[in-house]
Amino acid sequence: MELRLSKVIKRYGAGAAVDGIDLTFASGKTTALLGPSGCGKSTVLRLLVGLVAPDGGQISVDGRPLPAHDIEALRRRIGYVIQDGGLFPHLTAAENVTLMARHLRWDPARAAKRLGELAALTRFPADALARYPNELSGGQVQRVAIMRALLLDPEVLLLDEPLSALDPLVRTELRDDLRGIFRTLAKTVIIVTHDVGEAAHLADVVVLMRAGRVVQQGPFATLAASPADPFVTAFLATGNGPSSPRPPETRG
Amino acid sequence: MTAARAGALALLVAAGACRGKNDPGRAVVVASKGFTEGVILGQMVVELAASTPANVEYKAQLGGTEVVFHALEAGAVDVYPEYTGTLTQEILRKEVAGRSLEEVLADRGLRRSRGLGFDNSYALAMKEARAAALGIDKISDLVAHPELRLVFSNEVMSRADGWPGLHARYALPQEARGMDHDLAYRALASDGVDVMDVYTTDAEIRAYGLRVLKDDRQFFTRYDAILVYRADLEARRPDVVASFKRLEGRIDNATMIGLNARAKLDHVSEGAVARDFLTAQIGFAGGAGPSQRVLASIAGRAAEHGALVGLSLFAAIAVAVPLGIVAARRPRIGRVVVGAAGLLQTVPSLALLVLLIPLLGIGSPPAIAALFLYGLLPIVRNTHAGLVGIPESLRLSARALGLPPRARLRLVELPLAMPLIVAGIKTSAVIAVGTATVGALVGAGGFGQPILTGIRLDDFGLILQGAVPAAVMAIGLEALLGAVERRVVPRGLRARGNA
Repeated sequence: MELRLSKVIKRYGAGAAVDGIDLTFASGKTTALLGPSGCGKSTVLRLLVGLVAPDGGQISVDGRPLPAHDIEALRRRIGYVIQDGGLFPHLTAAENVTLMARHLRWDPARAAKRLGELAALTRFPADALARYPNELSGGQVQRVAIMRALLLDPEVLLLDEPLSALDPLVRTELRDDLRGIFRTLAKTVIIVTHDVGEAAHLADVVVLMRAGRVVQQGPFATLAASPADPFVTAFLATGNGPSSPRPPETRG
Repeated sequence: MTAARAGALALLVAAGACRGKNDPGRAVVVASKGFTEGVILGQMVVELAASTPANVEYKAQLGGTEVVFHALEAGAVDVYPEYTGTLTQEILRKEVAGRSLEEVLADRGLRRSRGLGFDNSYALAMKEARAAALGIDKISDLVAHPELRLVFSNEVMSRADGWPGLHARYALPQEARGMDHDLAYRALASDGVDVMDVYTTDAEIRAYGLRVLKDDRQFFTRYDAILVYRADLEARRPDVVASFKRLEGRIDNATMIGLNARAKLDHVSEGAVARDFLTAQIGFAGGAGPSQRVLASIAGRAAEHGALVGLSLFAAIAVAVPLGIVAARRPRIGRVVVGAAGLLQTVPSLALLVLLIPLLGIGSPPAIAALFLYGLLPIVRNTHAGLVGIPESLRLSARALGLPPRARLRLVELPLAMPLIVAGIKTSAVIAVGTATVGALVGAGGFGQPILTGIRLDDFGLILQGAVPAAVMAIGLEALLGAVERRVVPRGLRARGNA
């Protein structure tokens, strides 16, 4: 699946969260959308799955515009892990993961088998599957959210700051696991982060954004070796950009 | 073909309706208002009507003139005891200007009997000792004593021919408060108040040793007791009408005070009082008529009460949850829906019941409808609040998964809102158990019945027979719904300690 944004604009109130972006996400690659808070990274993800509508420009999937009807079918082909996981508190970990299977009336054996595969892939402890979200650790919440996004074996996986809420040890562990998962699946992955280290570690292509525009894109080594402007240099040098501590981000 | 069939159907329905109206086999419904004299007179009518081959039903102690008169007009009641003054001064006040009461009643398909022989008008009364000490003998003497505390029954407080007119005619300096007639006697006896309104046939005048103040400026109208009945009853059951007309001119004031005293002070049942009178004074030997058993079993009342609460609550849930969902989806509609449900809550229960009588008659239908309407608000509001209170991130999650709107509602939104929805249902249920006691005012039975009778007869035990089971039912229902809550509210939404 090839996802493309052409001259896409999205405004919230007076300001533009996304201000005329052109981006193509190639199949099978992991792309990191990197940048300070409020630069429009999360908005790009929401635009891609039709959770928000653009005010200008065009978004296309495999060369065709986003469907106006039956956007659900597209969403099932794109796994989306929202910030902080977005697990449903009324469902156990297993029920969260298999919610779509329940909706699609899968055979319970099939759902159980898929759950087992995903738990193995994400190294999620089997005994924690019956727990409710408020009984899980931060790292476990993210693993469940990733399992849930992968249930229908989507072609694309979107992750919004999957590591930002975790403490350092857990963060490193999950980051390494994510790299393994991305390698194993070989899917198109787009990960939003404000952490330079994460982008460098996980992504084939880094897209550095600032104030709704793309500043520079390419492999991390290219950005580091030949920065397009002083902002790139400054952002890469500070490790996680000039805007920390991070404010509660809803539309970044 | 279809039109012809529809026409035939309409004719059938019309014929059925006509037959229903004039069918001599249909029960004759006798009613009375909620005070002892009315109940006794109603009981006499029941006994006399039951001496004919007619089926007779008695809806005793309905909640006030408005309720009974509207039920009579709507055809839910066929006959009840009334007073001329009540009709001319309040219910038909505008219509009777320059016309006779008979004409005005005829316009509404109603008729009246001749007077039963006594006049139960209003008067003011004080304790004999206190009146003597202050030298008060007539109403105008009250002007010199502004410190006296006056109470009037709520009807009298608001009626033009009650306190407002009296206040103006005598230029009384006192403020008056509204108080239930039977409670007022107790307040007067314990010196909690000084002056109250009485009816000139009240048993308590003798029992409490009261001085009735002279109406020296002829303010109060005559209240001659009559029977009001539907004109179509004369066509349907002339024998019943002839039978109850035997009461005309047979009861004088002293007799009525005596009858009231037997029922109220000697605790003889109204049925026995009525039968003894009929036997002694009219030579009536109807024997065992269908006497109204005021003391139905607690189980029977619980069944009535439970049916009122259960049916209304079920209907309220079925309507209010979808309304709450619509309200949450469409904020503009939401404001209107929640506002309208709130407005309903402010309508006093008796007023609501009176409004419903022309549509639903008397008995349990108007009571269930009223409880249903009162039950809507807590459920609508909580459903709405529960849905709009779902965190944005969870809505986003559900959409991002590719769940269509209906599945999001069923699998995510309603379960998340469930704790608040159940809380709303619990609130509605407890309100319904309490409010259902007013169902007795329109003849719906339930625990309100013994409460009304208990207040009327000054019988605290009887009041408890209604109040205690009602409280127990409220507590039991709360516990039952708590058990339901544990089943329907997902464990993940409860306090962490329970998990």
